[in-house]
Amino acid sequence: MLNALDKKLLEEVADLHGEPPGAFNIRKDGQGIERRSLEGIEINPKKDQPGIDVIVAEGKEGTVHIPVIMTETDLSDLVYNKIDIGAGANITLVAGCGIHNPGSGDAQHDGVHEIIVRKNARLIYTEKHFGEGEEGGKRVLNPKTVLVVEEGGYAELELVQIRGVDHTNRVTEVEVKAGGRLVMYERLLTDGNQTANSDIVVKLMEEESAARIVSRSVAQGSSKQSFFPRLLAYGPGRGHVECDSIIMDQATVRSVPEIWAENSEAELVHEAAIGKIAGEQLTKLMALGLTEEEAEEAIISGFLK
Amino acid sequence: MISLENISLELDVDEQKIPILHDLNLQFEAGKMYALTGPNGSGKSSVARVVMGIYKQTTGRVIYNGQDVGELGITERARKGIGYAFQHPPRFKGMPVKDMLEIAMKHSDQVNCQVLRDLGLCPEDYLERTLDNSLSGGEIKRIEIATLLAQNPKVRIFDEPEAGIDLWSFERLIDVIGNSHREDTTTVVISHQEKILNMVDEIVLIQDGTVSMRGNREEIWPQIKASAECACRSNCRLGEEAYAECPR
Repeated sequence: MLNALDKKLLEEVADLHGEPPGAFNIRKDGQGIERRSLEGIEINPKKDQPGIDVIVAEGKEGTVHIPVIMTETDLSDLVYNKIDIGAGANITLVAGCGIHNPGSGDAQHDGVHEIIVRKNARLIYTEKHFGEGEEGGKRVLNPKTVLVVEEGGYAELELVQIRGVDHTNRVTEVEVKAGGRLVMYERLLTDGNQTANSDIVVKLMEEESAARIVSRSVAQGSSKQSFFPRLLAYGPGRGHVECDSIIMDQATVRSVPEIWAENSEAELVHEAAIGKIAGEQLTKLMALGLTEEEAEEAIISGFLK
Repeated sequence: MISLENISLELDVDEQKIPILHDLNLQFEAGKMYALTGPNGSGKSSVARVVMGIYKQTTGRVIYNGQDVGELGITERARKGIGYAFQHPPRFKGMPVKDMLEIAMKHSDQVNCQVLRDLGLCPEDYLERTLDNSLSGGEIKRIEIATLLAQNPKVRIFDEPEAGIDLWSFERLIDVIGNSHREDTTTVVISHQEKILNMVDEIVLIQDGTVSMRGNREEIWPQIKASAECACRSNCRLGEEAYAECPR
């Protein structure tokens, strides 16, 4: 049974109000606690290691929720999930992890997602991270996503971490095959002494493969962020990497986008910018009646939308 | 009514004090429309920014409805009913037009889409658009004007509203500014456009950081035109005699 805290965490990371629609698996404090498979969407616990297999049949449409919540201190959870989206299927998958660390020990979740989007399938994947706790225990989240987009497939990843995670080391590896498309949005906010590293490698393997990576972040307080988005074209693919960061207070941001082509027909672009909130933006919103703090919040909120 | 009394303004540029406005006196009455015109760099936008509180005057007073608002910040003046549409509106990555209008309307539940329609921007197309480089300069400018109209302040200052706007939108813009003016509002338009100067009750000529002329169109338009012509000749180092005769 889910208690009030569980429900709050699920609302934060998966926008869930009550039982999820469609197929789902809820993992709490290292254990699968509720699960529902549907015809054409099977969710099975792994036998040899912690985690689940999500198998979506060809042509199936639907939603899948696989959130993780942690409510204990001094807990480290490692999970391996494999997600197979059958050819021609159309799936919205909501993952994500919410940590409420009630003590002074660390609470850590490491999640490895292996995803395959088969021929002409479509996946909308959302992963939100959230952390809270008053006793000083660290909240640590280290997600690794390994994705293959097969011929004509489409994958859209939205990776969001807005508040409360002390440290994250995010790894995303994607292979896009012929005619496949990837759109990836990463949004991140760090504050205090938090640290966040994001390492992205997208390989455009064959002709007509395309990728767009948009990374937006806000670094506040004394937090530290580093981004290493890499886009490699082995065939005549097209790709665009855009990394924008707002830097505030005493924060540090390092952004190192890389594009690498091994085919003369490839078209790759990268843009990277780090800067403070522009004075004219604050002035404009204050001229509409917002205080400076409200204006700052509105700008950050829009930037991370 | 809003009055500027003995205003001077110096701005810090490269650690130097640059005089922008000096001994400027100006009153704007409720129910009237004004145009501020004058050469580039004469201080028109600086006047607007002093009224809005974006620039703090070096000396002098800003009086709004009998209260000295010269020490108030931008937010407080906005909340008292002073509004300003920027000459060069900033862009906001990720912020939809809808959010900006909502902020202007003090988080009202309903966004007033009519202001967009009036300016030739179909709300269905624009409300979800983000205020970034995907919008042209003309579109950003029209949205800026729509935002000020949505805010609906008592004192509304439009800073070169025509800049970057196409011919068709310009006609519509004039109508919108004219129609939005009411008995209880003060409208100030910074402009060089004759059509805008034609629609106001009073024209104020700003030159060298102060008011050099003011009056209704019939009174001062011929002098302004002559002044502009003389200034042009002067700049071209031609017609020194004509410049000497120029009304100053």
